[in-house]
Amino acid sequence: MNMNDNPHTDALQHHFADMEQQRESAKLGMWLFLITELLLFGGLFGFYTFYRASNPEIFYNAHSTLDVKFGALYTVVLILSSITFALAIYHIRENKRKQTLMLLGATVLFGVIFLAVKGFEWAHHIHLGQLPGKYYTFTGIQGTNPHIFYSAYYMMTGLHSLHVLGGLAVILWLMVRTRRGDFSSYYFVPLEMTGLYWHLVDMIWIYLFPLFYLVG
Amino acid sequence: MAVHADNSKGHSIPSKVYLRVGAALLILTAITVAVAQIPLGGFNLVVAMIIATAKATLVALFFMHLKYDNRLYLLIFVIALATLAVFIILTLFDTLNRGRILPEVAAPIRSEAVIYPLDSARSGAIPTEDTSSGSNAPEH
Repeated sequence: MNMNDNPHTDALQHHFADMEQQRESAKLGMWLFLITELLLFGGLFGFYTFYRASNPEIFYNAHSTLDVKFGALYTVVLILSSITFALAIYHIRENKRKQTLMLLGATVLFGVIFLAVKGFEWAHHIHLGQLPGKYYTFTGIQGTNPHIFYSAYYMMTGLHSLHVLGGLAVILWLMVRTRRGDFSSYYFVPLEMTGLYWHLVDMIWIYLFPLFYLVG
Repeated sequence: MAVHADNSKGHSIPSKVYLRVGAALLILTAITVAVAQIPLGGFNLVVAMIIATAKATLVALFFMHLKYDNRLYLLIFVIALATLAVFIILTLFDTLNRGRILPEVAAPIRSEAVIYPLDSARSGAIPTEDTSSGSNAPEH
């Protein structure tokens, strides 16, 4: 074995030449994963486009049951969480572990606010019978077939919320590892990769917000 | 701080960049909410999508570092977006033109269909249910 004098030999896996190559390889893999995520949501965006193009009045009539204030709150909260996550990665690259931990904690807080308000909003819709498909019982919307809007709404925001939930679980794990001292300016690949994922989830919400809450 | 100088090269962006981009995203959110209150007809969707795309571009370029990273990642991302656009647009070529041959299949759902149980549901307001009523109709 040719051991170098690197104090962090454990972070560099033996099949990579150096840390930079390891980091770039991880990033390439992460981007390939992100585009599969994009295509997963892409099917639902296709569904949305198809039904809205052929029945625009359904989306116009039904979207009035959603509260723009909630939609704007989610957007703001997710943007704030993206800022705190980006700053967390910035601080670990400066070897400031305490600030990194606090910023990751803020990211989790914003994510929890997102999910909590989303759960409240969903509970309200479910209580009113604004459910997808054949479970729809609400009669307060003009026009026919509002359940189509709600099918798209639950599938797209639901899949997105699952992604937020999964992201939060990973960030909590990253907080444990940061606290344990696994990361530094020398090695922060898991933080950076999770950041890419979190920003993609934010980006998808940036489109979901106008498509559901701001139907003109 | 610079103990491991070998890896702290690269593209550490000043933290104020993140704050400025974040502020721009919040301002764009406020703009898109404000514009949505003005009725512009079909233009509302166009404006909302342009603003959303501007926001997504900011997130991709700065938060996801595509502006600073290896161009390969940008290429992967753009190709994926282009592929997605091709899928959706080609689907629309089909679905938006179906009515030219058979007008009754122009829309995937019948505009008169009401699936939730209105008072009139029992008296035949659900024409699409007629075909299946033989096998699985509830007991009367």
